[in-house]
Amino acid sequence: MTAAADHFVRDDAAAPVEIRFDHVSKTFGRHGTGDLFRAVDDLNLEIRSGELVAILGKTGCGKSTMFNMIAGLLEPSEGRVMVSGHDPFSQFDWFRGKIAIVFQNDRLLPWRTAIQNVALGLEMLGISKAERFATAQHWLTKLGLGGHENDYPHALSGGMRQRVSIARAFATNANILLCDEPFSALDEMTANRLREEFARLVRENGKTAVFITHSINEALQIGDRIVVLLRPAKIAYDVKLERDASAAANDEVRARIRQVLAV
Amino acid sequence: MNSRAPAAQTSSFAVLSVLTGAARIAAPFAVLIALWQIAAQFFPPYLFPSLVDVFWRCIEIFTHWSQFANVLATVWRILAGLAGAFVIGALLAVLMARSLAVDRFLSPILAFFQGIPALSWVVFAIIWFHGIEFRIFFIMVLTTLPAFTFQVLGALRAMSKDLTEMVMSFRPTRFKLFSTMIVPAILPDIFTAWKVNLGNASRVVVVAELVGATGGVGYELLQQQQLFDMAGALAWTLQLVFFVLLVQNAITLLETMLFSYRAVSERTL
Ligand SMILES: Nc1ncnc2c1ncn2[C@@H]1O[C@H](COP(=O)(O)OP(=O)(O)O)[C@@H](O)[C@H]1O
Ligand SMILES: [Mg+2]
Repeated sequence: MTAAADHFVRDDAAAPVEIRFDHVSKTFGRHGTGDLFRAVDDLNLEIRSGELVAILGKTGCGKSTMFNMIAGLLEPSEGRVMVSGHDPFSQFDWFRGKIAIVFQNDRLLPWRTAIQNVALGLEMLGISKAERFATAQHWLTKLGLGGHENDYPHALSGGMRQRVSIARAFATNANILLCDEPFSALDEMTANRLREEFARLVRENGKTAVFITHSINEALQIGDRIVVLLRPAKIAYDVKLERDASAAANDEVRARIRQVLAV
Repeated sequence: MNSRAPAAQTSSFAVLSVLTGAARIAAPFAVLIALWQIAAQFFPPYLFPSLVDVFWRCIEIFTHWSQFANVLATVWRILAGLAGAFVIGALLAVLMARSLAVDRFLSPILAFFQGIPALSWVVFAIIWFHGIEFRIFFIMVLTTLPAFTFQVLGALRAMSKDLTEMVMSFRPTRFKLFSTMIVPAILPDIFTAWKVNLGNASRVVVVAELVGATGGVGYELLQQQQLFDMAGALAWTLQLVFFVLLVQNAITLLETMLFSYRAVSERTL
Protein backbone atom coordinates (compact mmCIF):
# COMPACT_ATOMS: atom_id res chain seq x y z
CA MET A 1 0.00 0.00 0.00
CA THR A 2 2.74 2.52 0.92
CA ALA A 3 4.64 1.73 -2.25
CA ALA A 4 1.54 2.49 -4.29
CA ALA A 5 0.91 5.70 -2.40
CA ASP A 6 4.51 6.86 -2.91
CA HIS A 7 4.30 6.23 -6.62
CA PHE A 8 1.21 8.40 -6.96
CA VAL A 9 2.45 11.15 -4.71
CA ARG A 10 5.34 11.64 -7.10
CA ASP A 11 2.93 11.75 -10.06
CA ASP A 12 0.59 14.17 -8.32
CA ALA A 13 3.30 16.64 -7.46
CA ALA A 14 4.04 17.12 -11.17
CA ALA A 15 0.45 17.26 -12.44
CA PRO A 16 -1.72 20.36 -12.05
CA VAL A 17 -5.33 20.15 -10.89
CA GLU A 18 -7.58 19.88 -13.94
CA ILE A 19 -11.02 19.57 -12.36
CA ARG A 20 -11.93 21.04 -8.99
CA PHE A 21 -15.19 20.85 -6.99
CA ASP A 22 -15.21 23.42 -4.21
CA HIS A 23 -18.09 22.94 -1.72
CA VAL A 24 -20.48 22.18 -4.57
CA SER A 25 -24.18 21.45 -4.00
CA LYS A 26 -26.94 20.97 -6.50
CA THR A 27 -30.62 21.12 -5.68
CA PHE A 28 -33.56 20.46 -7.97
CA GLY A 29 -37.08 21.79 -7.57
CA ARG A 30 -39.49 18.89 -7.23
CA HIS A 31 -42.19 19.15 -9.86
CA GLY A 32 -45.52 20.34 -8.50
CA THR A 33 -44.24 20.85 -4.94
CA GLY A 34 -42.17 23.63 -3.44
CA ASP A 35 -39.63 21.10 -2.08
CA LEU A 36 -35.99 21.19 -3.05
CA PHE A 37 -34.24 17.94 -3.69
CA ARG A 38 -30.51 17.81 -2.94
CA ALA A 39 -28.72 15.62 -5.51
CA VAL A 40 -25.16 16.75 -4.71
CA ASP A 41 -24.20 17.92 -1.21
CA ASP A 42 -21.09 19.93 -0.33
CA LEU A 43 -18.80 18.04 -2.68
CA ASN A 44 -15.05 18.67 -2.64
CA LEU A 45 -12.89 16.92 -5.19
CA GLU A 46 -9.68 17.49 -7.11
CA ILE A 47 -8.78 15.60 -10.25
CA ARG A 48 -5.28 16.03 -11.60
CA SER A 49 -4.16 16.21 -15.19
CA GLY A 50 -3.63 12.75 -16.66
CA GLU A 51 -5.69 10.91 -14.06
CA LEU A 52 -8.29 8.33 -15.03
CA VAL A 53 -10.77 8.59 -12.18
CA ALA A 54 -13.65 6.19 -11.80
CA ILE A 55 -16.57 7.76 -9.95
CA LEU A 56 -18.51 4.95 -8.33
CA GLY A 57 -21.93 5.10 -6.73
CA LYS A 58 -25.33 3.51 -6.62
CA THR A 59 -27.98 4.52 -9.12
CA GLY A 60 -29.58 7.83 -8.23
CA CYS A 61 -26.76 9.05 -6.01
CA GLY A 62 -26.09 12.09 -8.18
CA LYS A 63 -23.30 10.88 -10.47
CA SER A 64 -24.89 12.21 -13.65
CA THR A 65 -25.70 15.50 -11.92
CA MET A 66 -22.06 15.89 -10.95
CA PHE A 67 -21.00 14.87 -14.44
CA ASN A 68 -23.29 17.43 -16.10
CA MET A 69 -21.78 20.15 -13.93
CA ILE A 70 -18.29 19.29 -15.22
CA ALA A 71 -19.69 19.23 -18.75
CA GLY A 72 -21.19 22.70 -18.28
CA LEU A 73 -24.72 21.43 -18.91
CA LEU A 74 -25.87 22.13 -15.32
CA GLU A 75 -25.04 25.04 -13.02
CA PRO A 76 -24.09 24.36 -9.36
CA SER A 77 -26.60 25.74 -6.84
CA GLU A 78 -23.80 26.44 -4.37
CA GLY A 79 -20.02 26.33 -4.55
CA ARG A 80 -17.77 26.37 -7.57
CA VAL A 81 -16.76 23.93 -10.26
CA MET A 82 -13.58 24.80 -12.13
CA VAL A 83 -12.22 22.91 -15.10
CA SER A 84 -8.82 23.92 -16.49
CA GLY A 85 -9.16 27.12 -14.47
CA HIS A 86 -12.47 28.10 -16.09
CA ASP A 87 -16.13 27.85 -15.16
CA PRO A 88 -17.69 25.24 -17.46
CA PHE A 89 -21.21 26.68 -17.19
CA SER A 90 -20.69 30.45 -17.55
CA GLN A 91 -17.68 30.10 -19.87
CA PHE A 92 -19.37 27.40 -21.93
CA ASP A 93 -17.86 28.33 -25.30
CA TRP A 94 -14.32 28.55 -23.92
CA PHE A 95 -14.36 24.75 -23.72
CA ARG A 96 -14.97 24.22 -27.43
CA GLY A 97 -12.61 21.39 -28.42
CA LYS A 98 -11.40 20.95 -24.83
CA ILE A 99 -13.98 18.54 -23.41
CA ALA A 100 -15.31 15.40 -25.08
CA ILE A 101 -18.12 13.26 -23.76
CA VAL A 102 -19.16 9.64 -24.08
CA PHE A 103 -22.75 9.30 -22.88
CA GLN A 104 -24.54 6.31 -21.42
CA ASN A 105 -26.43 5.81 -24.68
CA ASP A 106 -24.58 6.35 -27.94
CA ARG A 107 -26.50 9.49 -28.97
CA LEU A 108 -25.56 9.20 -32.63
CA LEU A 109 -27.37 11.51 -35.04
CA PRO A 110 -29.62 9.13 -37.00
CA TRP A 111 -29.34 11.24 -40.16
CA ARG A 112 -25.57 10.92 -40.27
CA THR A 113 -23.44 7.96 -41.27
CA ALA A 114 -20.88 6.55 -38.84
CA ILE A 115 -18.06 8.64 -40.28
CA GLN A 116 -20.18 11.80 -40.37
CA ASN A 117 -21.06 11.23 -36.72
CA VAL A 118 -17.42 10.86 -35.76
CA ALA A 119 -16.58 14.05 -37.68
CA LEU A 120 -19.27 16.07 -35.85
CA GLY A 121 -17.01 17.57 -33.18
CA LEU A 122 -14.39 18.49 -35.77
CA GLU A 123 -17.06 20.27 -37.79
CA MET A 124 -17.79 22.45 -34.75
CA LEU A 125 -14.10 23.36 -34.65
CA GLY A 126 -14.25 24.57 -38.24
CA ILE A 127 -11.85 21.96 -39.56
CA SER A 128 -11.88 21.36 -43.32
CA LYS A 129 -13.98 18.53 -44.66
CA ALA A 130 -11.03 16.54 -46.00
CA GLU A 131 -9.16 16.78 -42.73
CA ARG A 132 -12.11 15.91 -40.51
CA PHE A 133 -12.99 12.87 -42.60
CA ALA A 134 -9.37 11.67 -42.51
CA THR A 135 -9.34 12.02 -38.71
CA ALA A 136 -12.74 10.34 -38.38
CA GLN A 137 -11.55 7.48 -40.59
CA HIS A 138 -8.46 7.06 -38.41
CA TRP A 139 -10.53 6.70 -35.23
CA LEU A 140 -13.16 4.47 -36.78
CA THR A 141 -10.43 2.12 -37.97
CA LYS A 142 -8.75 2.26 -34.57
CA LEU A 143 -12.01 1.18 -32.94
CA GLY A 144 -12.44 -1.70 -35.37
CA LEU A 145 -15.15 -0.16 -37.52
CA GLY A 146 -13.32 -0.09 -40.82
CA GLY A 147 -15.81 -0.92 -43.56
CA HIS A 148 -18.76 0.59 -41.64
CA GLU A 149 -17.95 4.25 -42.37
CA ASN A 150 -21.02 4.79 -44.50
CA ASP A 151 -23.50 2.82 -42.40
CA TYR A 152 -26.30 4.70 -40.71
CA PRO A 153 -26.67 4.15 -36.94
CA HIS A 154 -29.81 2.04 -37.32
CA ALA A 155 -27.77 -0.52 -39.25
CA LEU A 156 -25.18 -0.92 -36.48
CA SER A 157 -25.36 -3.05 -33.33
CA GLY A 158 -25.40 -1.47 -29.86
CA GLY A 159 -21.72 -2.22 -29.31
CA MET A 160 -20.73 -0.81 -32.69
CA ARG A 161 -22.75 2.34 -32.04
CA GLN A 162 -21.00 2.89 -28.72
CA ARG A 163 -17.66 2.43 -30.50
CA VAL A 164 -18.68 5.15 -32.96
CA SER A 165 -19.51 7.44 -30.05
CA ILE A 166 -16.11 6.72 -28.45
CA ALA A 167 -14.44 7.49 -31.79
CA ARG A 168 -16.44 10.75 -31.90
CA ALA A 169 -15.13 11.71 -28.45
CA PHE A 170 -11.49 10.92 -29.26
CA ALA A 171 -11.59 12.55 -32.72
CA THR A 172 -11.70 16.12 -31.35
CA ASN A 173 -8.46 15.42 -29.43
CA ALA A 174 -9.90 17.14 -26.35
CA ASN A 175 -7.73 16.87 -23.25
CA ILE A 176 -10.59 16.05 -20.94
CA LEU A 177 -12.79 13.03 -21.48
CA LEU A 178 -16.03 12.55 -19.59
CA CYS A 179 -17.86 9.23 -19.66
CA ASP A 180 -21.22 8.58 -18.00
CA GLU A 181 -21.68 4.82 -17.67
CA PRO A 182 -20.82 4.34 -21.35
CA PHE A 183 -20.84 0.55 -21.30
CA SER A 184 -23.69 -0.19 -18.93
CA ALA A 185 -26.14 -0.91 -21.74
CA LEU A 186 -23.84 -3.43 -23.44
CA ASP A 187 -23.47 -7.15 -22.90
CA GLU A 188 -20.63 -8.12 -20.55
CA MET A 189 -18.28 -9.48 -23.24
CA THR A 190 -18.55 -6.40 -25.45
CA ALA A 191 -18.31 -4.13 -22.41
CA ASN A 192 -15.15 -5.88 -21.20
CA ARG A 193 -13.39 -5.50 -24.50
CA LEU A 194 -14.42 -1.87 -24.91
CA ARG A 195 -13.33 -1.05 -21.35
CA GLU A 196 -9.83 -2.33 -22.02
CA GLU A 197 -9.58 -0.53 -25.34
CA PHE A 198 -10.91 2.65 -23.79
CA ALA A 199 -8.48 2.65 -20.86
CA ARG A 200 -5.59 1.95 -23.21
CA LEU A 201 -6.59 4.82 -25.54
CA VAL A 202 -6.95 7.25 -22.61
CA ARG A 203 -3.47 6.39 -21.31
CA GLU A 204 -1.84 6.33 -24.77
CA ASN A 205 -3.18 9.79 -25.51
CA GLY A 206 -2.49 11.27 -22.08
CA LYS A 207 -6.09 12.34 -21.40
CA THR A 208 -7.63 13.36 -18.13
CA ALA A 209 -10.69 11.18 -17.83
CA VAL A 210 -13.67 11.02 -15.50
CA PHE A 211 -15.43 7.72 -15.80
CA ILE A 212 -18.78 7.33 -14.08
CA THR A 213 -19.93 3.85 -13.18
CA HIS A 214 -22.17 1.92 -10.81
CA SER A 215 -20.12 -1.27 -11.13
CA ILE A 216 -17.30 -2.01 -8.67
CA ASN A 217 -15.63 -4.34 -11.16
CA GLU A 218 -15.71 -1.74 -13.89
CA ALA A 219 -14.21 0.86 -11.56
CA LEU A 220 -11.42 -1.54 -10.62
CA GLN A 221 -10.78 -2.50 -14.22
CA ILE A 222 -10.56 1.05 -15.53
CA GLY A 223 -9.53 3.53 -12.86
CA ASP A 224 -6.17 4.79 -11.62
CA ARG A 225 -8.23 6.12 -8.81
CA ILE A 226 -11.69 5.34 -7.49
CA VAL A 227 -13.95 7.89 -5.82
CA VAL A 228 -16.95 6.37 -4.08
CA LEU A 229 -20.05 8.53 -3.70
CA LEU A 230 -22.93 8.12 -1.27
CA ARG A 231 -26.39 9.59 -1.71
CA PRO A 232 -26.62 12.60 -2.01
CA ALA A 233 -23.33 12.81 -3.88
CA LYS A 234 -20.68 13.13 -1.21
CA ILE A 235 -17.30 11.43 -1.14
CA ALA A 236 -17.17 8.38 1.12
CA TYR A 237 -13.93 6.82 -0.07
CA ASP A 238 -11.13 7.95 -2.36
CA VAL A 239 -8.44 5.47 -3.32
CA LYS A 240 -5.54 5.40 -5.78
CA LEU A 241 -4.71 2.11 -7.45
CA GLU A 242 -1.46 0.73 -8.62
CA ARG A 243 -1.65 0.04 -12.33
CA ASP A 244 -0.58 -3.61 -12.09
CA ALA A 245 -2.01 -4.22 -8.66
CA SER A 246 -2.09 -7.79 -7.40
CA ALA A 247 -5.38 -9.61 -7.18
CA ALA A 248 -5.05 -9.53 -3.40
CA ALA A 249 -4.64 -5.74 -3.37
CA ASN A 250 -7.66 -5.34 -5.63
CA ASP A 251 -9.69 -7.63 -3.37
CA GLU A 252 -8.80 -5.46 -0.43
CA VAL A 253 -10.04 -2.32 -2.23
CA ARG A 254 -13.14 -4.18 -3.36
CA ALA A 255 -13.93 -5.25 0.17
CA ARG A 256 -13.49 -1.70 1.42
CA ILE A 257 -15.78 -0.28 -1.29
CA ARG A 258 -18.46 -2.86 -0.44
CA GLN A 259 -18.23 -1.90 3.16
CA VAL A 260 -18.58 1.83 2.34
CA LEU A 261 -21.50 1.24 0.00
CA ALA A 262 -23.00 -1.30 2.40
CA VAL A 263 -23.68 -3.88 -0.30
CA MET B 1 -32.70 -23.29 -67.99
CA ASN B 2 -32.90 -23.82 -64.27
CA SER B 3 -31.15 -20.57 -63.49
CA ARG B 4 -33.41 -18.62 -65.81
CA ALA B 5 -36.75 -19.76 -64.56
CA PRO B 6 -36.63 -17.93 -61.19
CA ALA B 7 -35.51 -14.68 -62.87
CA ALA B 8 -38.39 -14.78 -65.32
CA GLN B 9 -40.72 -15.60 -62.46
CA THR B 10 -39.48 -12.61 -60.42
CA SER B 11 -39.93 -10.18 -63.29
CA SER B 12 -43.44 -11.40 -64.04
CA PHE B 13 -44.19 -11.08 -60.33
CA ALA B 14 -42.90 -7.51 -60.43
CA VAL B 15 -45.10 -6.65 -63.41
CA LEU B 16 -48.07 -8.27 -61.72
CA SER B 17 -47.53 -6.38 -58.47
CA VAL B 18 -47.21 -3.05 -60.33
CA LEU B 19 -50.45 -3.83 -62.17
CA THR B 20 -52.37 -4.79 -59.04
CA GLY B 21 -50.94 -1.69 -57.32
CA ALA B 22 -52.19 0.52 -60.14
CA ALA B 23 -55.55 -1.22 -60.09
CA ARG B 24 -55.87 -0.64 -56.36
CA ILE B 25 -55.26 3.10 -56.81
CA ALA B 26 -57.59 3.31 -59.81
CA ALA B 27 -60.48 1.26 -58.38
CA PRO B 28 -62.14 3.95 -56.19
CA PHE B 29 -61.92 6.49 -59.03
CA ALA B 30 -63.34 4.01 -61.51
CA VAL B 31 -66.36 3.56 -59.25
CA LEU B 32 -66.75 7.34 -58.85
CA ILE B 33 -66.49 7.86 -62.64
CA ALA B 34 -69.01 5.08 -63.35
CA LEU B 35 -71.54 6.53 -60.89
CA TRP B 36 -71.14 9.99 -62.43
CA GLN B 37 -71.56 8.62 -65.96
CA ILE B 38 -74.73 6.78 -64.93
CA ALA B 39 -76.08 10.02 -63.46
CA ALA B 40 -75.12 11.79 -66.70
CA GLN B 41 -77.48 9.43 -68.57
CA PHE B 42 -80.47 10.54 -66.51
CA PHE B 43 -79.80 14.23 -65.77
CA PRO B 44 -79.34 17.18 -68.11
CA PRO B 45 -75.71 18.20 -68.89
CA TYR B 46 -75.89 21.39 -66.80
CA LEU B 47 -76.28 19.13 -63.72
CA PHE B 48 -74.17 16.10 -64.63
CA PRO B 49 -72.19 16.64 -67.83
CA SER B 50 -70.54 13.65 -69.42
CA LEU B 51 -66.95 13.19 -68.24
CA VAL B 52 -65.92 13.02 -71.88
CA ASP B 53 -66.85 16.71 -72.14
CA VAL B 54 -64.94 17.44 -68.93
CA PHE B 55 -61.93 15.64 -70.32
CA TRP B 56 -61.94 17.77 -73.47
CA ARG B 57 -62.32 20.93 -71.38
CA CYS B 58 -59.24 19.92 -69.42
CA ILE B 59 -57.31 19.42 -72.66
CA GLU B 60 -58.50 22.82 -73.81
CA ILE B 61 -57.17 24.45 -70.62
CA PHE B 62 -53.85 22.67 -70.98
CA THR B 63 -53.36 23.60 -74.61
CA HIS B 64 -54.48 27.24 -74.59
CA TRP B 65 -51.97 29.56 -73.05
CA SER B 66 -54.64 32.20 -72.30
CA GLN B 67 -56.38 29.60 -70.11
CA PHE B 68 -53.38 27.77 -68.69
CA ALA B 69 -51.93 31.10 -67.54
CA ASN B 70 -54.85 31.24 -65.08
CA VAL B 71 -53.76 27.92 -63.57
CA LEU B 72 -50.19 29.14 -63.26
CA ALA B 73 -51.33 32.40 -61.65
CA THR B 74 -53.20 30.46 -58.98
CA VAL B 75 -50.33 28.01 -58.46
CA TRP B 76 -47.97 30.95 -58.01
CA ARG B 77 -50.33 32.51 -55.44
CA ILE B 78 -50.51 29.26 -53.46
CA LEU B 79 -46.75 28.78 -53.43
CA ALA B 80 -45.98 32.43 -52.63
CA GLY B 81 -48.50 32.44 -49.77
CA LEU B 82 -47.20 29.17 -48.35
CA ALA B 83 -43.59 30.34 -48.60
CA GLY B 84 -44.45 33.57 -46.82
CA ALA B 85 -46.39 31.78 -44.09
CA PHE B 86 -43.61 29.21 -43.69
CA VAL B 87 -40.82 31.77 -43.30
CA ILE B 88 -42.77 33.89 -40.81
CA GLY B 89 -44.16 30.81 -39.02
CA ALA B 90 -40.74 29.18 -38.64
CA LEU B 91 -39.31 32.43 -37.24
CA LEU B 92 -42.17 32.77 -34.76
CA ALA B 93 -41.83 29.11 -33.77
CA VAL B 94 -38.12 29.50 -33.03
CA LEU B 95 -38.85 32.58 -30.90
CA MET B 96 -41.63 30.72 -29.08
CA ALA B 97 -39.40 27.69 -28.46
CA ARG B 98 -36.69 29.91 -27.02
CA SER B 99 -38.85 32.04 -24.77
CA LEU B 100 -41.81 31.07 -22.63
CA ALA B 101 -42.93 34.71 -22.54
CA VAL B 102 -43.13 34.93 -26.35
CA ASP B 103 -44.96 31.59 -26.43
CA ARG B 104 -47.51 32.75 -23.86
CA PHE B 105 -48.05 35.95 -25.83
CA LEU B 106 -48.29 34.49 -29.35
CA SER B 107 -50.05 31.15 -28.78
CA PRO B 108 -53.46 32.65 -27.90
CA ILE B 109 -53.24 35.13 -30.79
CA LEU B 110 -52.45 32.38 -33.30
CA ALA B 111 -55.17 30.15 -31.87
CA PHE B 112 -57.60 33.07 -32.23
CA PHE B 113 -56.53 33.57 -35.85
CA GLN B 114 -57.15 29.90 -36.55
CA GLY B 115 -60.83 30.46 -35.85
CA ILE B 116 -61.21 33.28 -38.39
CA PRO B 117 -62.81 32.05 -41.66
CA ALA B 118 -60.97 32.64 -44.93
CA LEU B 119 -63.93 34.68 -46.19
CA SER B 120 -63.52 37.15 -43.29
CA TRP B 121 -59.91 37.73 -44.29
CA VAL B 122 -61.16 38.38 -47.82
CA VAL B 123 -63.45 41.12 -46.53
CA PHE B 124 -60.72 42.64 -44.34
CA ALA B 125 -58.20 42.53 -47.18
CA ILE B 126 -60.58 44.32 -49.56
CA ILE B 127 -61.25 47.06 -46.98
CA TRP B 128 -57.61 47.47 -45.90
CA PHE B 129 -55.55 47.10 -49.08
CA HIS B 130 -55.62 48.12 -52.72
CA GLY B 131 -53.38 45.83 -54.76
CA ILE B 132 -55.12 42.61 -55.75
CA GLU B 133 -52.01 40.44 -55.60
CA PHE B 134 -51.09 41.86 -52.22
CA ARG B 135 -54.59 41.17 -50.91
CA ILE B 136 -54.34 37.55 -52.01
CA PHE B 137 -50.85 37.16 -50.52
CA PHE B 138 -52.09 38.65 -47.24
CA ILE B 139 -55.04 36.23 -47.08
CA MET B 140 -52.91 33.20 -47.98
CA VAL B 141 -50.29 34.05 -45.36
CA LEU B 142 -52.73 34.73 -42.54
CA THR B 143 -54.83 31.63 -43.15
CA THR B 144 -51.84 29.25 -43.18
CA LEU B 145 -49.57 31.01 -40.67
CA PRO B 146 -51.01 29.55 -37.43
CA ALA B 147 -50.81 25.97 -38.69
CA PHE B 148 -47.22 26.37 -39.90
CA THR B 149 -46.17 28.01 -36.65
CA PHE B 150 -47.72 25.34 -34.44
CA GLN B 151 -46.34 22.54 -36.62
CA VAL B 152 -42.77 23.88 -36.55
CA LEU B 153 -43.06 24.62 -32.83
CA GLY B 154 -44.24 21.06 -32.21
CA ALA B 155 -41.29 19.72 -34.18
CA LEU B 156 -38.85 21.87 -32.20
CA ARG B 157 -40.36 20.72 -28.91
CA ALA B 158 -40.24 17.07 -29.94
CA MET B 159 -36.52 17.24 -30.69
CA SER B 160 -34.57 14.68 -28.65
CA LYS B 161 -33.14 16.30 -25.51
CA ASP B 162 -30.38 13.67 -25.47
CA LEU B 163 -29.22 14.45 -28.99
CA THR B 164 -29.49 18.20 -28.49
CA GLU B 165 -27.36 17.96 -25.33
CA MET B 166 -24.83 15.83 -27.16
CA VAL B 167 -24.51 18.43 -29.92
CA MET B 168 -24.43 21.25 -27.33
CA SER B 169 -21.55 19.50 -25.55
CA PHE B 170 -19.38 20.28 -28.58
CA ARG B 171 -20.13 23.99 -28.07
CA PRO B 172 -21.47 24.70 -31.55
CA THR B 173 -21.98 28.23 -32.86
CA ARG B 174 -25.65 29.11 -33.36
CA PHE B 175 -25.30 28.49 -37.08
CA LYS B 176 -23.73 25.04 -36.52
CA LEU B 177 -26.42 24.13 -34.02
CA PHE B 178 -29.04 24.85 -36.66
CA SER B 179 -27.27 23.14 -39.53
CA THR B 180 -26.17 19.98 -37.71
CA MET B 181 -29.04 19.43 -35.29
CA ILE B 182 -32.17 21.56 -35.51
CA VAL B 183 -32.79 21.58 -39.26
CA PRO B 184 -32.17 17.85 -39.88
CA ALA B 185 -34.24 16.96 -36.79
CA ILE B 186 -37.33 18.95 -37.80
CA LEU B 187 -37.09 18.52 -41.59
CA PRO B 188 -39.42 15.49 -41.75
CA ASP B 189 -42.09 17.43 -39.85
CA ILE B 190 -41.60 20.46 -42.11
CA PHE B 191 -42.26 18.28 -45.16
CA THR B 192 -45.42 16.92 -43.57
CA ALA B 193 -46.51 20.45 -42.69
CA TRP B 194 -46.06 21.53 -46.31
CA LYS B 195 -48.13 18.61 -47.57
CA VAL B 196 -50.98 19.37 -45.16
CA ASN B 197 -50.92 23.12 -45.69
CA LEU B 198 -50.77 22.73 -49.46
CA GLY B 199 -54.18 21.08 -49.41
CA ASN B 200 -55.57 23.84 -47.19
CA ALA B 201 -54.04 26.58 -49.31
CA SER B 202 -55.50 25.22 -52.53
CA ARG B 203 -58.93 25.41 -50.96
CA VAL B 204 -58.39 28.91 -49.58
CA VAL B 205 -56.87 30.37 -52.74
CA VAL B 206 -60.06 30.19 -54.79
CA VAL B 207 -61.86 32.10 -52.04
CA ALA B 208 -58.99 34.60 -51.85
CA GLU B 209 -59.33 35.20 -55.58
CA LEU B 210 -62.79 36.68 -54.90
CA VAL B 211 -61.04 39.92 -53.86
CA GLY B 212 -61.44 41.06 -57.46
CA ALA B 213 -58.90 38.97 -59.26
CA THR B 214 -59.32 39.11 -63.04
CA GLY B 215 -57.56 35.81 -63.53
CA GLY B 216 -56.88 32.55 -61.77
CA VAL B 217 -58.82 29.38 -61.11
CA GLY B 218 -61.16 31.10 -58.61
CA TYR B 219 -62.03 33.76 -61.17
CA GLU B 220 -62.68 31.12 -63.85
CA LEU B 221 -64.88 29.12 -61.49
CA LEU B 222 -66.98 32.23 -60.92
CA GLN B 223 -67.36 32.60 -64.71
CA GLN B 224 -68.52 28.98 -65.06
CA GLN B 225 -71.08 29.52 -62.30
CA GLN B 226 -72.52 32.51 -64.15
CA LEU B 227 -72.68 30.44 -67.36
CA PHE B 228 -74.11 27.43 -65.53
CA ASP B 229 -71.30 25.43 -67.15
CA MET B 230 -70.82 22.35 -64.97
CA ALA B 231 -68.25 20.73 -67.28
CA GLY B 232 -66.15 23.89 -67.12
CA ALA B 233 -66.48 24.12 -63.33
CA LEU B 234 -65.30 20.53 -62.98
CA ALA B 235 -62.42 21.01 -65.41
CA TRP B 236 -61.13 24.07 -63.55
CA THR B 237 -61.50 22.33 -60.18
CA LEU B 238 -59.52 19.37 -61.47
CA GLN B 239 -56.62 21.68 -62.37
CA LEU B 240 -56.10 22.49 -58.68
CA VAL B 241 -56.52 18.86 -57.65
CA PHE B 242 -53.87 17.81 -60.17
CA PHE B 243 -51.53 20.49 -58.92
CA VAL B 244 -51.91 19.46 -55.27
CA LEU B 245 -51.38 15.78 -56.15
CA LEU B 246 -48.34 16.64 -58.27
CA VAL B 247 -46.62 18.67 -55.56
CA GLN B 248 -47.52 16.21 -52.81
CA ASN B 249 -46.02 13.36 -54.80
CA ALA B 250 -42.91 15.42 -55.50
CA ILE B 251 -42.54 16.03 -51.76
CA THR B 252 -43.03 12.32 -51.03
CA LEU B 253 -40.35 11.50 -53.59
CA LEU B 254 -38.00 13.99 -51.94
CA GLU B 255 -38.79 12.45 -48.55
CA THR B 256 -37.89 8.93 -49.64
CA MET B 257 -34.64 10.28 -51.06
CA LEU B 258 -33.68 12.48 -48.10
CA PHE B 259 -34.86 10.35 -45.20
CA SER B 260 -33.51 6.99 -46.31
CA TYR B 261 -31.45 6.97 -43.09
CA ARG B 262 -34.55 6.03 -41.13
CA ALA B 263 -34.86 2.42 -40.09
CA VAL B 264 -37.78 0.72 -41.74
CA SER B 265 -39.63 -2.03 -39.94
CA GLU B 266 -40.59 -4.94 -42.13
CA ARG B 267 -43.78 -5.18 -40.15
CA THR B 268 -45.93 -2.13 -40.75
CA LEU B 269 -48.30 -0.40 -38.35
N1 LIG C 1 -33.50 17.61 -13.66
C1 LIG C 1 -33.82 17.03 -12.50
N2 LIG C 1 -34.89 17.43 -11.78
C2 LIG C 1 -35.20 16.87 -10.61
N3 LIG C 1 -34.51 15.86 -10.03
C3 LIG C 1 -33.43 15.41 -10.68
C4 LIG C 1 -33.02 15.95 -11.95
N4 LIG C 1 -31.90 15.29 -12.35
C5 LIG C 1 -31.64 14.38 -11.40
N5 LIG C 1 -32.55 14.45 -10.39
C6 LIG C 1 -32.55 13.63 -9.17
O1 LIG C 1 -31.28 13.69 -8.62
C7 LIG C 1 -30.87 12.40 -8.17
C8 LIG C 1 -29.56 12.02 -8.79
O2 LIG C 1 -29.76 11.80 -10.16
P1 LIG C 1 -28.57 11.38 -11.11
O3 LIG C 1 -27.48 12.39 -10.97
O4 LIG C 1 -29.12 11.17 -12.47
O5 LIG C 1 -28.12 10.01 -10.49
P2 LIG C 1 -27.16 8.87 -11.05
O6 LIG C 1 -26.58 9.33 -12.33
O7 LIG C 1 -26.15 8.68 -9.97
O8 LIG C 1 -27.98 7.63 -11.21
C9 LIG C 1 -32.00 11.43 -8.50
O9 LIG C 1 -32.73 11.18 -7.35
C10 LIG C 1 -32.82 12.18 -9.52
O10 LIG C 1 -34.19 11.86 -9.36
MG1 LIG D 1 -26.75 8.49 -14.34
